[in-house]
Amino acid sequence: MNETTRDVVELGQWFDAYVADEKKIEPKDWMPDAYRKTLVRQISQHAHSEVIGMQPEGNWITRAPTLRRKAGLLAKVQDEAGHGLYLYSAAETLGVSRGQMDDGLLSGKDKYSSIFNYPTPTWADIGAIGWLVDGAAITNQIPLCRCSYGPYARAMIRVCKEESFHQRQGYEIMLRLSHGTAEQKRMAQDALNRWWWPAVMMFGPSDKDSAHSAQSMAWRIKRVSNDDLRQRFVDMTVKQADYLGLTMPDPDLKWNEERGHYDIGEIDWSDFWKVVKGNGPCNRQRLAHRQKAHDDGEWVRDAALAHANKRVARATRDAA
Amino acid sequence: MAVAALKNDTLSPDRQVLFDYAVMLGDTALIHGQRLSEWTSHAPTVELDIALGNQALDLIGQARMFLEYAGKVEEAGRDEDALAFLRDGFDFRNLLIVELPNGDFGHTMARQFIMGVYSSLLYEALSASQDDQLAGIAKKAVKEQRYHARHGGEWLVRLGDGTEESHARAQRGLDELWPYTHELFTTDPVESAAAELGFGVDPSGLRAEWDGLVDDVLARAGLSRPEDDWQPDGGKRGEHTENLGYILAELQFLQRAYPGAEW
Amino acid sequence: MRRLPMQTSALPAPHAMPRERISKSKESNETMTDKNEWPLFEVFIRSKQGLAHQHAGSLHAADAEMAIENARDVYTRRSEGQSIWVVPSTAITATSPDDKSVLFDPADTKVYRHPTFYDVPDEVECL
Ligand SMILES: [Fe+2]
Ligand SMILES: [Fe+2]
Repeated sequence: MNETTRDVVELGQWFDAYVADEKKIEPKDWMPDAYRKTLVRQISQHAHSEVIGMQPEGNWITRAPTLRRKAGLLAKVQDEAGHGLYLYSAAETLGVSRGQMDDGLLSGKDKYSSIFNYPTPTWADIGAIGWLVDGAAITNQIPLCRCSYGPYARAMIRVCKEESFHQRQGYEIMLRLSHGTAEQKRMAQDALNRWWWPAVMMFGPSDKDSAHSAQSMAWRIKRVSNDDLRQRFVDMTVKQADYLGLTMPDPDLKWNEERGHYDIGEIDWSDFWKVVKGNGPCNRQRLAHRQKAHDDGEWVRDAALAHANKRVARATRDAA
Repeated sequence: MAVAALKNDTLSPDRQVLFDYAVMLGDTALIHGQRLSEWTSHAPTVELDIALGNQALDLIGQARMFLEYAGKVEEAGRDEDALAFLRDGFDFRNLLIVELPNGDFGHTMARQFIMGVYSSLLYEALSASQDDQLAGIAKKAVKEQRYHARHGGEWLVRLGDGTEESHARAQRGLDELWPYTHELFTTDPVESAAAELGFGVDPSGLRAEWDGLVDDVLARAGLSRPEDDWQPDGGKRGEHTENLGYILAELQFLQRAYPGAEW
Repeated sequence: MRRLPMQTSALPAPHAMPRERISKSKESNETMTDKNEWPLFEVFIRSKQGLAHQHAGSLHAADAEMAIENARDVYTRRSEGQSIWVVPSTAITATSPDDKSVLFDPADTKVYRHPTFYDVPDEVECL
């Protein structure tokens, strides 16, 4: 072992102890390469999810059933775009550029949350997404506010503050539908049937099967295990579904007195992996949509830059 | 709940003018906001997705206030949603310019600028309305529209001055929209009655100032002011382009498919 | 080789580590910016009259006016702002983490700058 390698190893041990002590890491601080890489992957993937997430819900903005709903939905989708930007800016502090991240998303190299590869054929999907998908996202994100990387933790605090209205917005839609006409109730149940399992799978495979979990936990990037988060979400959501008078699409769902938690049926991970690998109902559509927006906007981005450069050139010339 | 009510025939002529006038302003804001919201997730940058969404929210907010008020004036039990979702095209009084398709980003920015300047002037004048409700809505809306004018204007300058392609696109957007700007300043009988009654604005009086503000930005952008030849109108009296039917089909789908349901 | 501290509670921040000794690790803090990318701006927001501007985050914009517009829409949608500053990120000069101990640690031992350093009887008020 030469001098430099030994230093890196010792630094690494020292770093592990430092973050284990709940101390925060800031952008220019020394950090292990793998820590940096893990964060870049996780934060950019998170940012991509927010940006792609605009599509399934944006799908109903022009058809929202009342003006109040239209305003609420538009504001929510706008927030998601904002979340994407907060996160991109946090990732950039790690030395990756926005352009590199855009490329990562568009080339298919980077992943985004599979949940957004499901379609929103009815208005009730907007309710179900706000209630279940934002609900799961919030469950995931609250612990991230204590993440060891300062800029990520700060972005998550801002995001979580804004998320609180998203879930309520969705639940209110579900409430109105499930207490509405028979047709509306059917619409609500149908959406719950389609979104429940994908939402449960948002927490990812069991930690036993998750390659990155242990290291991320040690580095205080991840704070709570996938299974624990999933359990929190299930316990909270079952009661909310009861209140709506809707039926969970899981015959094995039952209260476990001994554990003090709900047990759920077997998760069909084959569906999850199918979507992750790119073969969900909307993977291709979502990426093509993003690509088109990117391509259609290129002349605009170029023009703004050209104008800015011309202005600088004119100012320099006038000053000379 | 959105309930379709029959027209209130017992409304006094003055109240009828007030109703029609509020509907006219509300419809323009509504259809404009609807069009703008179509940009969501399609904009050239994510930052612009947010910016355009914000302006759409301003417009939808204005529409809600005007339409809600119109419903109260009418006293026939129609709320903002009944007016937005349960009228057919010939009862809509919006300006034609806002129902035209968005076109490219240059086209959209040209419209944001044109409408931003126009509405700023209109609402500024309407802030002095003798009707407190209309004056109140206008005072809030004028700030929003001034921002739309500024944002749209800055973008027109960037596009006009940017690249050859962006210049051409901005100019084309402007050329396509220009004929429809004339309708902004025509005086509909409802507007002249509203102005005479002291609560409305005769838009023909806004023209000179609008011309000046628009010319300034066009000069900065290096764009040329299109010729005034074709001058389509009719929106204010319910005569629309073919676009409006499709806008309403989308906007009103759920209310039409599930009559009487609450959302 | 400097001894690494073993007790976590006594640990200095990682930036106090002798970075020059590990300069061969290919760590880079410089953001790669390709030519076509809009430059990065840092955003500072005054949330209320009477308070100082505070760093809110960063964003990309082609020019300063656009940076203001973007900051308004991205960071103040919920009335979080009364005033915005935008600064090109490249215009900020910052201390290096490596200098942290040299610049800031010497102040730690100057306890006589704090009022609690001085003993005054409890009975004496208004001091
Ligand atoms: Fe979000
Ligand atoms: Fe959300």
